[in-house]
Amino acid sequence: MDEEIKKDKDAILKEADGLLKDPARRRLLGNVLTLGGLSLATGVALKNYGSVKEMLTRISYFNDGVQGAIFHPSSRAPVYTEADITNPFPFNAFYRMSQAPVVDPATYKLELSGKIADRRPWTLPMLQALPQTSQITRHICVEGWSAIGKWGGVRFSDFLKRVGADTTCKYVGFKCADGYYTSIDMPTALHDQTLLTLTFRDHVLPTWYGFPMKLRMPTKLGYKNPKHIMEIYVTNVFPGGYWEDQGYNWFGGS
Amino acid sequence: MNETATGVAAAALAPDDRTSVYPLWLRLMHWANAIAVIMLTLSGWRIYDATRFMFGFQIPPKWTLGGWLGGALQWHFAFMWLLMGNALVYLLVHVFSGRFRRQFLPLSPKSILTDLKSFLGGHLSHADIRRYNAVQKAAYLFAMADIVVLVLSGLVLWKSVQLPWLRELLGGYEFARRIHFWAMSLMAGFIVVHVVMAVLVPRTIRAMVWGR
Repeated sequence: MDEEIKKDKDAILKEADGLLKDPARRRLLGNVLTLGGLSLATGVALKNYGSVKEMLTRISYFNDGVQGAIFHPSSRAPVYTEADITNPFPFNAFYRMSQAPVVDPATYKLELSGKIADRRPWTLPMLQALPQTSQITRHICVEGWSAIGKWGGVRFSDFLKRVGADTTCKYVGFKCADGYYTSIDMPTALHDQTLLTLTFRDHVLPTWYGFPMKLRMPTKLGYKNPKHIMEIYVTNVFPGGYWEDQGYNWFGGS
Repeated sequence: MNETATGVAAAALAPDDRTSVYPLWLRLMHWANAIAVIMLTLSGWRIYDATRFMFGFQIPPKWTLGGWLGGALQWHFAFMWLLMGNALVYLLVHVFSGRFRRQFLPLSPKSILTDLKSFLGGHLSHADIRRYNAVQKAAYLFAMADIVVLVLSGLVLWKSVQLPWLRELLGGYEFARRIHFWAMSLMAGFIVVHVVMAVLVPRTIRAMVWGR
């Protein structure tokens, strides 16, 4: 009986050997297996297109975490000289230059909401009366280009402290006159190069660069720098953003 | 019991790394790298198209990955982890296992020229695909160096403020952007030559898939 089993085993091996010795056959076998595997894989991929998107979104959130972890409050973006300023400075928005919102300075009021102790609105003269600072930094766009500009205004960390913002919260959100909205992490809000700017190249911020005010952060990409800000709020509830909700990375750090 | 038959069958059914041209870990890393490089190149082309700084030259959108800039960036910032992690482990294993020295060194400019001449004359032999000729060594070392440059310049584009020393080393944000583009172009050129060469010597493809 053992002899029989042994014979069978030998026969099977011999046959397998014959099959596998022929390179053409072996290749065919391999190709068939690969083809089957591939079609199965693409079938799965097509059926789960939604989950591929979800996976990419998750990785994007993971990248937010990585950027938050390596963000250092004392890491400063390089500063430049007047001679380095890009002229003309590019206009960029989700609409054309002529469609930039016109805000009336006489009636303008900056609204505050959320976890802020003193939520009284601010007029432009009140903001202009605060200590001002300016810096020349590189604006890096998510599209790849960059340009150097000079922005002046109020250090945002000073402003947040003055209004009694709860700086233990995670997010600061912005609502703008053009319907744009975005939000940033608190460490970046408190970074000393983050400015609530009222001027561009020492002149009142022009309409197309964000009049009456733009939050300028040289540590973040352009789409994270909101223009025409109407409302600022502090929250622990993730607020997202106009581009971020469509797929741009939320942290958008540089 | 027929020993030879058993031996052949066993070798065919259960690959033994000691007898393979490319060990399993190497094959896995090669293909992981291939996937990462292809996905990053295709999504990178879409990102490049958002600001076409090479004389306005546009890469046809149908050749790109991501559908739009935001989608391309998501693919790019996902597969960068695969490229970085894979390249790091690959280089560490190569250096510390001695495989790097064994496979890629020594390499002299003279030996590259000699092998390049015999290659152009059609005499370069691939008798033993385990051993790389000088042109192969140079090409693979170039691919490794190019990936290092791609990762470093990519890091500057991603985190230019947080990595000041790297940014200055690569000449600032805008210069790093050019480096990244040209390193990509060279990598695309490498892929074309690499694939053509592999097709000309199909044994190498089989070896990189099945080990032998």
